[in-house]
Amino acid sequence: MRDIAVVASMQRQEKSIDNESEVEYMVPLMHGVKESIGITQADVGFTCSGSSDFIAGQAFSFVMTVDGANPVPPISESHVEMDGAWALYEAWVKMQTGEIDIALIYGYSKSSGGSLRDVLATQMEPFYVAPLWPDAFAIEALAARQLIESGKVSLEQLAEIASRSRDHAATNPNAVRTTAKSVADIMAEAPLMDPLRPSDIPASADGGCALILAAGDRAKDLCERPAWIRGIDHRTDAHTLGVRDLTTSMSARIAGEKAGVGNDKVDFAELYAPFTTSEFILTEALGLGEDTVINPSGGTLGAHTMMASGLIRIAEAAQRITNGDGDRAVATAGSGPNLQQNLVCVLEGE
Amino acid sequence: MGYNQDPSVQPDALSGKVTLPASLDDVEMVQAVRTPAAIDYIATPGASLSAYLRGMKQKKILGDVCPVTGQVFVPPRGVSPVSGQRTTEMVEVSDQGYVESFNVTRLPIKSRPDLKPPYVSAWVVPDGSNVGSIALVAGIEPEEVRIGMRVGAVWKPDDELEESAANILHWEPTGEPDVVLDDLRIIGKPGDNQ
Repeated sequence: MRDIAVVASMQRQEKSIDNESEVEYMVPLMHGVKESIGITQADVGFTCSGSSDFIAGQAFSFVMTVDGANPVPPISESHVEMDGAWALYEAWVKMQTGEIDIALIYGYSKSSGGSLRDVLATQMEPFYVAPLWPDAFAIEALAARQLIESGKVSLEQLAEIASRSRDHAATNPNAVRTTAKSVADIMAEAPLMDPLRPSDIPASADGGCALILAAGDRAKDLCERPAWIRGIDHRTDAHTLGVRDLTTSMSARIAGEKAGVGNDKVDFAELYAPFTTSEFILTEALGLGEDTVINPSGGTLGAHTMMASGLIRIAEAAQRITNGDGDRAVATAGSGPNLQQNLVCVLEGE
Repeated sequence: MGYNQDPSVQPDALSGKVTLPASLDDVEMVQAVRTPAAIDYIATPGASLSAYLRGMKQKKILGDVCPVTGQVFVPPRGVSPVSGQRTTEMVEVSDQGYVESFNVTRLPIKSRPDLKPPYVSAWVVPDGSNVGSIALVAGIEPEEVRIGMRVGAVWKPDDELEESAANILHWEPTGEPDVVLDDLRIIGKPGDNQ
């Protein structure tokens, strides 16, 4: 395997970005991340992005954003209708071929223009489930109800996750839900989608993230302490909710094993866990113990930009390694209802 | 038991092995279902396109200027597609231009009953813009439309103007002499083996 590292990233998340289009607010990130390490698009061998037409409400919406990547003269470029973490995965695979040394990855969405809870119904199984337009929070409430009735987790434990995420988010300038709230206060919240309370659900945001991957010596040239990708794996659970156990995540467990999460201590984990319930499930599936700090950024309960949140998890974990806050981290990205798909990435400093 | 993976064996559902309960004997089989889908969005077009739409209400066509090359792009997107830079300057371009390319459509489109075939959709380049965009050309027989033909915008009546590109109903010939298009623009540089 070729050594590949995250060498720079830049993100922006706000509750809603009203007066800028996606490309207008992404260009400063796409350029800024390159400028931060002194490279230009001419140094970039591959550009890959993740976004969603269903969220943008426009066909081929990603084409507008490619304008921001200096596409003249023509560049090698690709797009995934997935979180930007999958764009990173595509770039990582391409870099393994040895064909290129530097890749620009970005993911973004401006979900405030539509009702994301409804838009997400379009990702459900199209014949029996999607036509019912199930609400995304209600779909997760099914898992939450099963978790609580199975005795695996209590409402109080979920409130602890929510309260701790708020405390962590208060230290993150990009987070949008940053006010502290005690476990008792969260326990007192009226359910939004029973048993999920407002603090259990993701803190929806508009925004995006741009990130640079570099291979081998190029990574060392560009960054004092690159965050090396030591393992990366992506697994998918069944699409139909009725055929899998919603209280656990087989895809996250297998991806975690393949990526080598348990091979050494994990200093911190940035988990794509839109709901408190998702965090509980992922922590268990990945075998993360008490000595691992979970979501030091506040996670998606602090700010959740669809299509970028997974990439932001990798960026947050990498930035902490580059800063010297720890040596080994796990970042995950997710997609689909009830953590249907999971990508697990293990990052290490030297 | 697992799934039958042999393509030569019919699935149970088609083999007659699956039978319905007697209570469904007289019920008509479902042949198809319709599952209509619709999602409402509030579009926030961004700074540049918002300015363009406000301009349209005053019968002005605004374009972005590339800060590196000076090229003008209509409709504006807030970023130059050639340099990748955010644009900061806008200019008004003319509501007169020329046909760079066109197509005659002879079949009706269900969602646009207002378009009576045959009609002409053309790539119209307004004077002052470096790029064209798709537009309807009317007021002329489709057979007479040609590349290089000069056209002008036909606007909605002033009291019907909105913040919308639909303010231009269509473009029609001005009668000026045709533009002789630089062959180089279309087929590449001399000597290119195309």
